[in-house]
Amino acid sequence: MSNVIVPLHAIAHARTGDKGNRINCAVIAYAPEAFPVLLAEVTEARIASLFAHRRPSRVVRHELPKLHALNLVIDDVLEGGVNGSLGLDGHGKTLSFLVLSLTVRVPAPVLAAVRAAIGARRLSV
Amino acid sequence: MARLLIGNGAGFSGDRLDVALPVVRTLIARGGKAVMTFETLAERTLALGVLARRGNAEAGFEPMLLPLLRPILSLCLDNAIPIIGNFGAANPRAAAAAIARLAAELGLRSPRIAVVEGDDVRDLLDDPGVLWPEGRPGGSIIAANAYLGAFPIAEALGLGAEVVVTGRIADPALALGPLIHAFGWSAGALDRLAAGTLAGHLLECGAQVTGGYFADPGVKDVPGMARLGFPIAEVSDDGGIVITKADGTGGLVDRRTVTEQILYEIHDPAAYLTPDVTLDVTGVTIAEEERDRVRVAGAQGHAAPPTLKATVSLEGGFLGEGEISYAGPNAAARARLAAETLRQRIAPAQDSITGNTIRSRIDILGLQAVFDSDDAARGANAMPDGEFRVRLAAASPDRAAAEAASREVLHLYCTGPAGGGGVRIAVTPRIATTSALIPRARITPRVSLIG
Repeated sequence: MSNVIVPLHAIAHARTGDKGNRINCAVIAYAPEAFPVLLAEVTEARIASLFAHRRPSRVVRHELPKLHALNLVIDDVLEGGVNGSLGLDGHGKTLSFLVLSLTVRVPAPVLAAVRAAIGARRLSV
Repeated sequence: MARLLIGNGAGFSGDRLDVALPVVRTLIARGGKAVMTFETLAERTLALGVLARRGNAEAGFEPMLLPLLRPILSLCLDNAIPIIGNFGAANPRAAAAAIARLAAELGLRSPRIAVVEGDDVRDLLDDPGVLWPEGRPGGSIIAANAYLGAFPIAEALGLGAEVVVTGRIADPALALGPLIHAFGWSAGALDRLAAGTLAGHLLECGAQVTGGYFADPGVKDVPGMARLGFPIAEVSDDGGIVITKADGTGGLVDRRTVTEQILYEIHDPAAYLTPDVTLDVTGVTIAEEERDRVRVAGAQGHAAPPTLKATVSLEGGFLGEGEISYAGPNAAARARLAAETLRQRIAPAQDSITGNTIRSRIDILGLQAVFDSDDAARGANAMPDGEFRVRLAAASPDRAAAEAASREVLHLYCTGPAGGGGVRIAVTPRIATTSALIPRARITPRVSLIG
């Protein structure tokens, strides 16, 4: 089966929240068919590497198969958190889109299913 | 089956002021028992209230309290919709008095107002049973408040309160409290408490479950962003939850908005700690019933933790900021030159002015800023021409040092690279926070009727 390489943004949506110097990032597949891709591609090691310049002390991935979602918990990447950070986004609210920039290999039929799911939503709005 | 409608009219202190009225109108139109909740108390907001109260004994509650309540107070009183909010912040009694004055000003009868107190734990911090997960901080403590649970709110409603004013309280308790009151749920009914906590968690950030913090054009479209409707939870006495929103508003409620908010600020999804229950969302399922109506089921509850978390706020020095823009041909190079110039200017400033250490960071907005650390090699693929904004941030315990650093950006008007403009500088005091875990038995919530 042929794989397509796309940004994670093509198959999943995400939201970050902060508590102190820790962020969590929920990564949610647009279609159930894409959840196995998340499991295979969005690993703790790859997320640690994506955030390497911020020197995370720990990355933990929780799996939520019923929600077709992962919850990534990333420690010590906010320059001390919103109260200590000198960066513009001390909450890390933008960082869900850093996660969504990760490149992933997706089987072509899965990508087609995801695009159909996204397209169906667009029509319904 | 008995059902309670729970509306939300604010998800944070800075939320829109015109969103509560459509929620209240919808609660009335749908009929049955309903309450209205407001969450306005972020970690640092309460410390700001303590500082405000130092200068004015009548201050220290949510500054936008009256603009939030003015449009809905009459409707809620007339329709027996209790209002519950943590807008009391550092001074719930003053907030209650302000609400009573608002009612009088509007020509309404005197509402029955309850305050929930007992969250202030400044006097308990030396107790040997207190745990400091991040270490006990040095420095001057401004505020220390424990997150209370939902039962004091239920008690207040049991006394007939039409408005319940709290300070620090677990955000989901704003919804769980009225559910406990309405359905008589006990402290041991863990799955019910878990369902109520999940409903409260979904409501507590307002529009974040109805299309706010969500839209991604072409991928996740949201209709009517300028008039997003705020959420309503319909909760039944068996713990069934439907998330919906105000009628005739923008936004949307669907599987995607609800899933994002279920996991918002959750760490271990099997153990979300609250004062009333440990919530497990790993078994939660979502079903779209119809447009803007989503059923959420499967929350599980485990025993609540033996300690209550308190947020401890400390004076955190000052932040000096400055920004300047460069545009057009060779703008990236000029922005980089400005950044390098600032680096050289800030370094000696550390010692010469006050001797205080300054921490600083320089970003170039438009090359890359929010994703990066400022020591990363960044913007390598950026176009040299474009529009870039150089931003300096400098933190110091000393206001003068922070201000001097920010003024280095101002100086660039006449001493920096060509074509620099649009300088803005600011100095703001900062509040640092940490957590303490307080043994539950040391904390006694107090519920009082005012007036």
